[in-house]
Amino acid sequence: MNTLAQRHGGGAIYITLLLALLLVNLPLPEGLRALRPDWVLMVLIYWAMALPHRVGVGIAWLLGLFTDVLTGMLLGQHALAYSVVIFLTLKLHQRLRLHPLWQQSLSILTLLALSQLLLLWINGMIGRPVHSWLYWLPSLLGALLWPLVFLLLRGVRRTFRVL
Amino acid sequence: MKLLFTQGPSITARLVVFVLASVVLMTVDHRQQTLDTVRTGLSVLMYPLQFLIDLPSTAGGWLQESVSTRRNLQEENARLRAQYLLQQARLQKLDALEAENRRLRELLDSSFKAGDRVLIAELMSVDFDPYRHQVLLNKGERDGVFVGQPLLDAYGVMGQIAQVTPFTATAILITDPAHAIPVQVNRNGVRGILVGTGSLAEVSLPNITNSADIRVGDLLVTSGLGGRFPPGYPVAQVTSVSGDSGHAFAEIGARPLSHLDRSREVLLVWPPTPSEPPAPVTTDEPLPEPEPGAASAPASAPASTPATTPPPAAAPETSPPTAPAAPITAPPAIPEDEE
Repeated sequence: MNTLAQRHGGGAIYITLLLALLLVNLPLPEGLRALRPDWVLMVLIYWAMALPHRVGVGIAWLLGLFTDVLTGMLLGQHALAYSVVIFLTLKLHQRLRLHPLWQQSLSILTLLALSQLLLLWINGMIGRPVHSWLYWLPSLLGALLWPLVFLLLRGVRRTFRVL
Repeated sequence: MKLLFTQGPSITARLVVFVLASVVLMTVDHRQQTLDTVRTGLSVLMYPLQFLIDLPSTAGGWLQESVSTRRNLQEENARLRAQYLLQQARLQKLDALEAENRRLRELLDSSFKAGDRVLIAELMSVDFDPYRHQVLLNKGERDGVFVGQPLLDAYGVMGQIAQVTPFTATAILITDPAHAIPVQVNRNGVRGILVGTGSLAEVSLPNITNSADIRVGDLLVTSGLGGRFPPGYPVAQVTSVSGDSGHAFAEIGARPLSHLDRSREVLLVWPPTPSEPPAPVTTDEPLPEPEPGAASAPASAPASTPATTPPPAAAPETSPPTAPAAPITAPPAIPEDEE
């Protein structure tokens, strides 16, 4: 813990994460359910990029645990995937911030796909393989919607002066 | 002031710790039941979120009811009344058949099963992972729900309860690939195990030999083996039987009868507990439900003729319906007690 860093506006971070958790279970029409992007991971990536000293691997792990409970998966599945992805984000965050928004989307695509890959492996190991190529659509959709998420959360960060 | 990131080595260490913790959690959760309390605790924590998500649909339903015109409500009332009357008539016949079944079982000296207790629950509009077929119910441990309890809707078996929290329960549907339910063909009693395929519209019956007598259109009902699901409830209807004689087993596809993706009201059933077999000597066991006299007449007449020694006054037709006919194995000298 870096004691020199100022901390302010933590509530905004948690509220955005809470809203993302709400979106995990939001009822969607049958056809759209498989397309649901991983909002929680995208919000986590944004905050890890913007405020790496506040949102770290620990919070990602905890949110992953909550997501596991909300989606009915094995405890620790999303926790593992989110920890790894946020770890990578923290390692690369300086480079990521410098990219223009569309290039960031590509990096986000890789990160989301990595998370889905880890989940797919674990599902395969416990005997629940997914055979449909539609499985990867959420990553694609998430990457396409990333600029929106980024601008929205940046607006929140600036409005509430989150540090 | 934005600090440059100075926590270099320690986040790698943290990652390793969290990865190890996740692996341990997953292994334990997958192999054993010890983590169920943790999951239940987290579920209770998440319950307000799920309640919030379900709120719009519940509120919408309530609003719809509140602004419904009086005429609509009256019509719906009349329609439901008529339906209720029809169901009551059918139930009477069911009562008679159940009683007859019980008596016949006693004649065969086999144990009979008590009636099924049910609880009505509602599905909360909460979507789980689309590749897992699970639903969330608004009844939990406080209402007596337990793990493994069968779940039905008005049309057939939906699945069973997988987890309970004090306020909610998660059920796994029959279409989930990890679910299997013992069934039998209604027509001829051929037994099999129905497993889910991951598709909401299809379930399959693996491990049935090519020579088994199963046809398209057959109704599959629960067989009651395994003690989880009460016997006799419809599960699915066979839609395809591909008996390629090159393979050892036939490929049988079936369509689940319950409206898995449309039902909102569901039933939770307590599996019947078999009572002890009636002792061969005493014949005056009172039955929990009264039997209509007319139904008892044809059933007990053939039964009493083999046991001809009880005094003729013990003719079951004239007695109040609660006395069973004497079991065939009873020694002839024992008089039959009437109630």
